[in-house]
Amino acid sequence: MPLLELDALTKAYPGVVANDAVSFAIEKGEIHALLGENGAGKSTLVKMIYGLVKPDTGTMHFEGAPFAPSEPSMARRAGVAMVFQHFSLFEALTVAENIALGMEAPPPPSELSSQIKEISERYGLTLDPDRLIGDLSVGERQRVEIVRCLLQDPKLLIMDEPTSVLTPQEVDILFKTLRQLSEEGTAILYISHKLEEIRTLCQNATILRHGTVVATCDPKKETAKSLAEMMVGKKLKSPKKSKTSHGNILCRVETLALARADAFGTDLKDITFSIHAGEVLGIAGVAGNGQDELMLALSGERRIDAGRITLNSLDLSHLSPSQRRMKGLHAAPEERLGHAAVPDMSLTDNTLITGFERQSLGKRGLIDFSKAKKFAERVIETFDVRTLGPNNAAKSLSGGNLQKFVIGREICQKPKLLIVNQPTWGVDAAAAADIRQAILELAREGAAILVLSQDLDELFEICDKVAVLHEGHLSDARDAGKITMEEIGLLMGGMAA
Amino acid sequence: MITLVPRITLVPRADPSKRMVYITPLIAVALTILFGGLLFASFGENPVEAIRIIFWDPIFGPHGFYYRGQILVKAAPLIIIALGLSFGFQAGIWNIGAEGQFIMGAITGAAAGLAFYPSTSPLIYPLMFVAGAAGGCLWAMIPALLKIKFNTNEILVSLMLVYVAFNFLAGMVTGPLRDPDGLNFPESRSFRKFEAGYNAEIWSGTGVHWGVIFMGLLVVVAYIFYSRHITGFHIRLMGQSPRAARFAGVSPNWMIALCLGLSGALAGLAGLFEVTGPAGKLSTTFPLGYGFTAIIVAFLGRLHPIGILFAGLILAVTFVGGDIIQSALSLPKASIQVFQGMLLFFLLAVDFLINYRVEWRR
Repeated sequence: MPLLELDALTKAYPGVVANDAVSFAIEKGEIHALLGENGAGKSTLVKMIYGLVKPDTGTMHFEGAPFAPSEPSMARRAGVAMVFQHFSLFEALTVAENIALGMEAPPPPSELSSQIKEISERYGLTLDPDRLIGDLSVGERQRVEIVRCLLQDPKLLIMDEPTSVLTPQEVDILFKTLRQLSEEGTAILYISHKLEEIRTLCQNATILRHGTVVATCDPKKETAKSLAEMMVGKKLKSPKKSKTSHGNILCRVETLALARADAFGTDLKDITFSIHAGEVLGIAGVAGNGQDELMLALSGERRIDAGRITLNSLDLSHLSPSQRRMKGLHAAPEERLGHAAVPDMSLTDNTLITGFERQSLGKRGLIDFSKAKKFAERVIETFDVRTLGPNNAAKSLSGGNLQKFVIGREICQKPKLLIVNQPTWGVDAAAAADIRQAILELAREGAAILVLSQDLDELFEICDKVAVLHEGHLSDARDAGKITMEEIGLLMGGMAA
Repeated sequence: MITLVPRITLVPRADPSKRMVYITPLIAVALTILFGGLLFASFGENPVEAIRIIFWDPIFGPHGFYYRGQILVKAAPLIIIALGLSFGFQAGIWNIGAEGQFIMGAITGAAAGLAFYPSTSPLIYPLMFVAGAAGGCLWAMIPALLKIKFNTNEILVSLMLVYVAFNFLAGMVTGPLRDPDGLNFPESRSFRKFEAGYNAEIWSGTGVHWGVIFMGLLVVVAYIFYSRHITGFHIRLMGQSPRAARFAGVSPNWMIALCLGLSGALAGLAGLFEVTGPAGKLSTTFPLGYGFTAIIVAFLGRLHPIGILFAGLILAVTFVGGDIIQSALSLPKASIQVFQGMLLFFLLAVDFLINYRVEWRR
């Protein structure tokens, strides 16, 4: 008898069927992967299991008994626990206080502390119950969430994209814990789009596409490529790195410093790097280590406190974003809606954000909308952006298509230096491959490229050199071919490799 | 989905309805006529006649030739000020103190002209024009600079400066600007007796003065600026996504100065046209609340120049019609204000139709 059995679960929202007759089963102690692109219906499915969403039709059985949780506390009582991608922790409270808050009948504080210590030692999740959450790293915060779940002694643990914020070393620790739990009989439903991880960790995988189950397989018997193709439903081409030698140094950043804008930011200190023509430099690092600040400093949205940014020996340090674009420095920020593009404006209007001056989409301040529309059409065509046309609002595009549009808008302007933050974050695999390919082609034409990303596989795939940003410090750039995952992981954790 | 009463639910639309943007003002007017009619009926008046007096008589009634001019006289300052405010509102910069800028523009403009009394030079009025714009603009730059320097809230500062302006006006008309031949009344010299500084009717009986002509030109310029100019685009960008505006290269400080300065200058000009024309002189009763009403006009017009033109005209019609009905049917003033309030209430109330659909369930 399976631990959890889903039978033809269906959930529809206005205009979209999020889950269409989804059925699969999880055995006791099994690590089961739930794999799918953004919007494939993974979240809706686990929300139904966790009692946050009620299915329209279909049934669930937990340990053989009918299971229809109407709220999360019911699911928790049955033995289902969930670690969300976004943590819900209070920074000003201690670990133990946070855990107590999530419990329906917390034991006295001293007893809870010893329980936390016991669990964390048993599973190798070092955690001090008396520390403030605000002082913990992202990896440690995740441990708090996991320990909180384990205190319930769950039969099924749901993990939503748990490794997206971890260094490779932290991932290893997490996997050890999960394997131990699995051996002790706890089933784990593991949601991810990181294929290599799923291959090393999971015994079974259910693949969702457009709300339906397209395949169930043993991921160890598949390749990452074949899993990706099942997920996307078509053949994928992998981007090809050029072997050509690089030109002269095009972009130099020297001893750049920028103080944080608010209490949650990171000070940038003494950032120095250079990029040759035709070279792709990758910057790895756990989110929140200064990536956003570096992006704003380079694009010109914030004026730097010290240092110099030069492109073609031209000092750009004190120019505005539009002046920098006129000199060939283009940027594509991480957040598509609200930063790189305006959700309620049409794609034509959105080209004006970065294209008005450099593409001369008007004269003497008056916008030439037919020219802007043509430019938008060119971006749409060149980058195969799926949309009804340039008059559609940016928010009507899927994440992948909007990202193609945002990056395409810059690449179509032939930048000399392109800076991209998280180029494929939340983007489907097919669009991600296209975007990486476009970045490599731009490099081949002689542009310098800077990629900030938390996805190490991506950095190794497209970068010539990799540096690591940790607490506002940038390590020296190393040849991507000569640095190992482990070395990068140590640098990401703040240790000199 | 929101259930109002059993069987009626509001279903969110996937996209805001473009059609409803245009239809909702008409629905609001229809609802106002319906409920306004009920209101007047409760006073024992014939509702059809009452509505006719308010909406029809000012334009097409037997004395329409006079009232039509009055409509323009009332609409011009509302539209001029509202156009200025609309740009700031689009950018998320809230100038609530147009009334104060209106007063300050009237004072500086009038003072600049009266300084040369009784000159007949043709340069007097242009000088007053510049001084009026400058007065309103500088008054609005106070909240702008405080916001840029200290991140103060421009809503509070601009609003509080209205009361400072009221008192400054009182000080001026009882002090330096008091009419030396005016028997100590707290009033300035009348511009009717100072031709070089008088904003006279251009065609007698039409109500059209230079402010009305200026308003007409301004609607056209504002429309082009709004729909075609990159700065107009940047203003909208700033309002919809401040981060995208920064990314585009827009300086937020420059936007604050521009939007507040522009709306202040226009409010100041409206004040100048008013004091030198329909009002005729500065006095403590000079401010009529145009600066506050213009905020409503700007939103009724959906912050769009053409919409503002219509909103200003329709509000002016209800003002003139309200005056007529008060004297014709001897209704209390408060009942007219309730009626005008209804119009605004329904305009805001039916706005939800843009984002929601009403569904009947059996």
